[in-house]
Amino acid sequence: MTVTVLLFASYADALGKSAIELDVAPGSTVRDILGTLCAMPGGDRLPPRPLVAVNQEYASASTTLQGGEEVAVIPPVAGG
Amino acid sequence: MRVALVDSPIDVAALISEVSDDSCGAATVFLGCVRNVNEGRAVTGIEYSAYRSMAEREMSAIAHEAAERFGVTRLIVEHRLGTLGLGDVSVAIVSAHPHRAPALDAMRFAIEELKRRVPIWKLELYVDGTREWVGAVSIPEGVR
Repeated sequence: MTVTVLLFASYADALGKSAIELDVAPGSTVRDILGTLCAMPGGDRLPPRPLVAVNQEYASASTTLQGGEEVAVIPPVAGG
Repeated sequence: MRVALVDSPIDVAALISEVSDDSCGAATVFLGCVRNVNEGRAVTGIEYSAYRSMAEREMSAIAHEAAERFGVTRLIVEHRLGTLGLGDVSVAIVSAHPHRAPALDAMRFAIEELKRRVPIWKLELYVDGTREWVGAVSIPEGVR
């Protein structure tokens, strides 16, 4: 199954891209996605437990994915 | 209530007249502006970016929470994106109510929650030509 990973701000700079289509095994969790990202070039610049949103809602590392989700890795927010 | 991400200057006077009517004995305005210094470094501007769909969704959730908590439905939250210069208004929270306490409380709640959980980022531009993402180390506590 496929999920779309979105990266922003310093995290997009770290991996050199703002969107990645990932092929993942059925039953994968947010934690698995983060593990895959960390193993990519520049992924070592991500923090160990970044904030994540699944389909525009904050989610935990244990959230299970069904495929087709938008998984956003959210750097520390700084609006205002 | 209304929330928006905008790409052009925020018209504060227009927001005040939009939010208020003759039943309102109080209107409040909070403006966030681009400051000329941050942590000792001279700043020339800030580039704001966002996860737009989620940011609008969170801003809308905050407005609904403010209505529930304080009974304030006359509330507008606008955040500007793009490159802003010194003194430019980056965010405006405008509220109105028959009485001042709920108007002030809702406004304060909205800006504090916005800063805590709305996915918007600042790239600060410095006098020496360098640039840096703001807050690249800390993570907000207790986000949902």
